[in-house]
Amino acid sequence: MAKTKSKKTEVTKEKMLHMHRLMLDIRNFDSKVNRLVKKGMIPGMTHFSIGEEAANVGAVAALKQGFDMITSNHRGHGQSIALEIDLNGMMAEIMGKATGTCKGKGGSMHIADLDNGNLGANGIVGGGMGMAIGAALTQKMKNTGKIVVCFFGDGAVNEGTFHETLNMASIWKLPVIFYSINNMYGISTPIKDMINIDYNYQRACAYGVPGHFIEDGNDLMAVYNKFEEIVQYVRDGNGPVLVESLTYRWLGHSTSDPGKYRTKDEVDEWKKKDPISRFRDYLLENKIASEKEIGEIEASSLEAVEESVKFALSSPEPTLESAFEDIFAD
Amino acid sequence: MEKETKIMSVRDAIIMAMSEEMRRDENVFLMGEDVGVFGGDFGTSVGMLDEFGKERVRDTPISENAISGAAIGAAMTGMRPIVDVTFMDFVVYMMDNIVNQAAKTRYMYGGKGQIPVVFRCAAGGGVGSAAQHSQSLEAWFTHIPGLKVVAPGTPADVKGILKAAIRDNNPVIFLEYKAQFNMKGEVPLDPEFVLPLGKADIKKEGKDVSVITYGRMLERVMQAAKEVEEAEGVNVEVVDLITLSPLDKDTVLESVKKTGKVLLVNDAHKTGGFIGEVAAMIAESDAFDYLDGRILRLAGEDVPIPYNQTLEAAMIPSVERIKKYILKLVNNR
Repeated sequence: MAKTKSKKTEVTKEKMLHMHRLMLDIRNFDSKVNRLVKKGMIPGMTHFSIGEEAANVGAVAALKQGFDMITSNHRGHGQSIALEIDLNGMMAEIMGKATGTCKGKGGSMHIADLDNGNLGANGIVGGGMGMAIGAALTQKMKNTGKIVVCFFGDGAVNEGTFHETLNMASIWKLPVIFYSINNMYGISTPIKDMINIDYNYQRACAYGVPGHFIEDGNDLMAVYNKFEEIVQYVRDGNGPVLVESLTYRWLGHSTSDPGKYRTKDEVDEWKKKDPISRFRDYLLENKIASEKEIGEIEASSLEAVEESVKFALSSPEPTLESAFEDIFAD
Repeated sequence: MEKETKIMSVRDAIIMAMSEEMRRDENVFLMGEDVGVFGGDFGTSVGMLDEFGKERVRDTPISENAISGAAIGAAMTGMRPIVDVTFMDFVVYMMDNIVNQAAKTRYMYGGKGQIPVVFRCAAGGGVGSAAQHSQSLEAWFTHIPGLKVVAPGTPADVKGILKAAIRDNNPVIFLEYKAQFNMKGEVPLDPEFVLPLGKADIKKEGKDVSVITYGRMLERVMQAAKEVEEAEGVNVEVVDLITLSPLDKDTVLESVKKTGKVLLVNDAHKTGGFIGEVAAMIAESDAFDYLDGRILRLAGEDVPIPYNQTLEAAMIPSVERIKKYILKLVNNR
């Protein structure tokens, strides 16, 4: 099993346990959703973040909670949970209930938490990039000191909007981090067949911005430490950064993926690099936490997810009238 | 309220509306290609850089996708951007941001967040700029729930409705017409002169026939109405929609019930054009029973706009053809 390469840093025990908890929440939440989809209890498309927990949590944990902002993508469960969304509301949303985060009108691909800086997931690949630089433009014009992280996958870098928005962010020195979570596939197509360079972060030089690569995106502390550094750079007014982390999605692209494009061996190889068990070992080996403490966190995460399912199941369906509401603001 | 007016062009009315709103609200700003030192591709921001500076009169790269996306993101987080799209044809590069993002975000988020942004689109032909620089694409946007679409046809309406669009908390597609930037008319100087969105205006009362139009065609319809009245004694009612979405159905239907005859005029292509929707709305309503003739449409031809000026002019409804159609209706031919 690959071990975490990071040295013990000044991060507090409390913060580390909190990050571990958030990774567990992502794993448990998505595992549960996957089971509910298979049982036919969840309709529509859902995209899972299982396997990509560290790449999400490590990045978000370097932000100021409730202050900084993110834009998220279709595979956004991990980002929403990393930003500590209410799991009950999120599960209810995915089940299409009136009590959901978006009153049952958005679903898995449109989870948002505006009050807490999550400007929302997006069903259009690359669709959040414009939103992200615009949000960053507001922060710059109002001099708020807030920064924005724009999450997207490896495939989104081949959308034209990537080129336009990163260039604009660069010339205006906007406080935004372009963050590509590279899980190596755009549905079925390997990214290496779709670009003629090794990695997308290498494109940074074309826009006059720094490019960073987190080669082991399953190493929570590696992601976190790199983001700490990048967040500071961006907050200091130096303009945008492009960063890419390498990770892997354990499940299919969405719930309807037969997975013919990759081998079982490849999937198994990546499962050995499980970000959660690696961080668990890291906590134990460095005597940051005891088995008992971690066990309690694990139990409490499972419990919170079960609770969210109970909440969602007992929540009402939205009224038909509600379909005609919320189109325009007053 | 200041009652004073001044004769000014559409161009100056646009500058006045934006400048007044930018003075009133520091969150309002203008962005787009060449809006700064150049003063806008159509001169619609001349002098604004000097007053407001380059942060708020913000030149952009030639990146329509990024411009529209950034505007929407800025609007979501507290600003009130005005985008100078320049030629409406370029809005094609902005479609994801307008249609999939701006129009739907609030709904998808269950009523959270708002996107107060105005996309100012220089629409229509008449200046010899051929097929990629002459389109009126309003029907694409009236088809999308979550967008408001306005197309004023006089300098005063341009000022009043642009100000309303800027103050509205939703994405608004604003059509201004390349052929009419120099058109002059009386414009109220009052900075609180704001017209209501979603309200049509009877530009001329009449009893024989209702001509329903908007935007660039209003000027020609008014001219045609005047001429048929003088020459033939036909009393035309001119309904200026001003706002296409949300449509002021009541005013339209009231006029139809009064005259019993309907001609709809727009400069956009006939097939799938917005007046077809208005025609269908009338046909479905109880006003249908008041009709004593067919509902007629007069629109741009279904061809890409040709470069040659004689050909171009022939593709768009002229005063002569509007008159002919009015008489066709009145004489039940």
